Amino acid sequence: MTRSTILTIEHISKAFFGVPAVRDVSIDVKEGEILGLIGQNGAGKSTLMNLVGGVVHPDAGSMTFRGKPYAPRRPADANDAGIGFIHQELNLFTNMTIAENVFISGFPRTGFGPFKFIDRAAMKARTRELLDQVGLDTPPDFQIERMSPGERQLVEIAKALYMDASLIIFDEPTTSLTARETEQLFNIMLRLREQGKSMIYISHILNDVLRLADSIAVMRDGQLVTQEARDAFDTRRMISLMVGRSIEQLYPTRTSAPTTTPLLELKGISAAGIVEKVNLTVHRGELVGLFGLMGSGRTELARMIFGLDRTEQGEIRVAGEALKGSSARDSIRSKIAFVTENRREEGLLMNIAIADNVTLVALPEFARTALQILDAGAMREAAREASQALQLKAADISVQPAKSLSGGNQQKVVIAKWLLSQPEVFIMDEPTRGIDVGAKYEIYAIMDRLAAAGSGVLFISSELEELMGTCDRILVMSQGEIVAQFAREAFSDEAILRAAFREHAPLHPHSGETEQSS
Amino acid sequence: MKRRTINLRTLLLNNSTIVLFIVLFVYFGIQSPRFLSLESITNIVKQASFTGIIAVGMTFVLLTAGIDLSVGSNMYLSSVVAGLLMRQLGIGVVEGLLVAVAVGTLYGAFNAFVIVRLKIIPFMVTLSTLVIGRGLGTAFTQSQQVDFPQSMLSFGQIQLVGIPMPIIVFALVIAAAWVILTRTQFGRQIYAVGNDPEAAKKAGIRTNWVIARVYIISGFCAGLAGFILISQLGRLDRSFAEGREFDAIAAAVLGGTSLFGGVGNVFGAVLGALLIQMVQLGLVFNNVNLYLQPMIKGVIIFLAIFFDSLRDANMKKLKRRFIRPVETQTPS
Repeated sequence: MTRSTILTIEHISKAFFGVPAVRDVSIDVKEGEILGLIGQNGAGKSTLMNLVGGVVHPDAGSMTFRGKPYAPRRPADANDAGIGFIHQELNLFTNMTIAENVFISGFPRTGFGPFKFIDRAAMKARTRELLDQVGLDTPPDFQIERMSPGERQLVEIAKALYMDASLIIFDEPTTSLTARETEQLFNIMLRLREQGKSMIYISHILNDVLRLADSIAVMRDGQLVTQEARDAFDTRRMISLMVGRSIEQLYPTRTSAPTTTPLLELKGISAAGIVEKVNLTVHRGELVGLFGLMGSGRTELARMIFGLDRTEQGEIRVAGEALKGSSARDSIRSKIAFVTENRREEGLLMNIAIADNVTLVALPEFARTALQILDAGAMREAAREASQALQLKAADISVQPAKSLSGGNQQKVVIAKWLLSQPEVFIMDEPTRGIDVGAKYEIYAIMDRLAAAGSGVLFISSELEELMGTCDRILVMSQGEIVAQFAREAFSDEAILRAAFREHAPLHPHSGETEQSS
Repeated sequence: MKRRTINLRTLLLNNSTIVLFIVLFVYFGIQSPRFLSLESITNIVKQASFTGIIAVGMTFVLLTAGIDLSVGSNMYLSSVVAGLLMRQLGIGVVEGLLVAVAVGTLYGAFNAFVIVRLKIIPFMVTLSTLVIGRGLGTAFTQSQQVDFPQSMLSFGQIQLVGIPMPIIVFALVIAAAWVILTRTQFGRQIYAVGNDPEAAKKAGIRTNWVIARVYIISGFCAGLAGFILISQLGRLDRSFAEGREFDAIAAAVLGGTSLFGGVGNVFGAVLGALLIQMVQLGLVFNNVNLYLQPMIKGVIIFLAIFFDSLRDANMKKLKRRFIRPVETQTPS
């Protein structure tokens, strides 16, 4: 069966500040098909889709949509042309109702001249129809604020349907959805395909892509590796195309062995509705992975260990001593470092010079005199040493602001600033998110060096492969509990994933059929 | 049982301004029964209408997460221009009103231009125009008092079925603002811009034009409120309407409008303005030491905003995202 092409992308390129993000990519999408778009973080998928969505403009190349040249200047142009874009972070106004969100760029109105009022009845009726199409039975004047991430996603789809989009782009839509919500989303996507709509589906979950897509495009380092029919792929081929080399080389070899001296100990940490009786030990010289799906409570637990959020029960010990107080300040004193998932918002001060960022945490160390005046010379020297140790690629660390660095080098700045205060426990929450393969390797090597020097590292990630490639031990978290742990010899992606996905398996062995037997 | 107490707490906090309003109203009434007379209540509403009108304009601005510090100076400058033209060219009251409103609107448009085109933060822009506006007015008048013709005072005394003119103007402003905010596309887009400017841009909203218009509206309200206030006094001096921006912002925030944008409504601003005015008059009725009055007013505003922040904390708690079901009882 030959279908006509709805979107053609030809030789498109885009660079940010001289760094190419998309290079000479040509892809086409057929009518009524789902195109799976895969690639590692930083491979250029999102940039490519932002080009299609009119969020950024190409440096070179052209696009054709529905037989006409297509060059969106603004996101609104994409909408008008019939391209709906469902971003990873949703674009809903949480302070408003579903109906208002659907119609925000153009309300149905009645009245004359300047006296045009919103036709609320028409707006609600139309929204009702759209919500029925996506299988959401919430009233149209329900506030977005009170809806779950999955329901919000459905509202986004309803919005795209309202725009009469014939091509809908989904950028990692399932990252914040539960299993049931994901299933519902897939059903709707399949139904839309039956209605002849085209879709581009971006996801890191390769099995989902295999399940939904009719054809698959693989990107690597800003370039298209291949675009072929779905049947030409299996997970193994997808990974090797994405990575471009065999998986073993992605991770440095561990250069040291963990000791048996406990360094960080969590005993029965609980907070109602968030985490439940978490016990966890990180030994000196050990690299412990903490795996869990989105919303499993990993980040929340990390924040509790570092004293950013309160725990209700339990005890945290560092090197045998109970953590006094519960603030980040106390944690820093107890030699805990926290490298956050979101370096842009939490870890780094973007407009401040790199050197100033590096010396931030250890600032009290440089204010030794009675008047607390900072020793600028010592600070400069220390910042230079730390950035050299991490092979930071920057022209001049004392003037260049942090935002001028690439993601990988930004993450190194975050690590460098902690290194200065000589911590023993490193909590790394998704430290490699959004940075390229080479920089990832360097971050892994830094973690290995930290462990070899006797520190303990708790490495939180939702990319199982990187944990398996780097850690001595992996703990699995699900619904706020540690549900399993695996020693390096017992690493198996299947077993670990099964543990993380326990919502598919019977949760409580004593419920259901076993109850009758008792 | 526990659920009920939580609900009562939430109910009280969600309506903290109303509760505070009623408590103070009853308290002042008990202390001085004359306070509860129709005359005194009318007076409160009348006096509240000046702050109220600019607080309504301020609500538009705050909804976009902006701020307009220049409204007090705007009231002064627009009235100065109207007053000088009325005295020297002999134009009538209606023309004077139009001039004041036009000057106020232009003043707002200037703020809007600088904020949107030159991309300077609203706080700095309106802080500067606060000083510039008053300076300009002082230069025009050589710092002299401006006396308005007698016709101005008779305009100020107009009543409609016994309701003083300022209250009627206030009511019209409230009604118009309510319709704009809740029933027009522009109004709903204000909320969208305040909630998430990036998403608003992506939704094809002309965010700059939305933001520009809220400052123009705030300027319009200031010009109107200034002129109406003069019609009660008959003259204006150098310190006219000084510090009104504080009352306007306080009134809007008291009524539940968030300084971070996207949250708030007109009636909140009205309630806030009434509360501030009632406190002011209540203190006079109770013969509170004149020098203590500003401080007490400040404390009451502080309390109201403090309750408001408690409400926010409470809301956050209720909206906290749970990863696992919360067990109400520990399993036995």
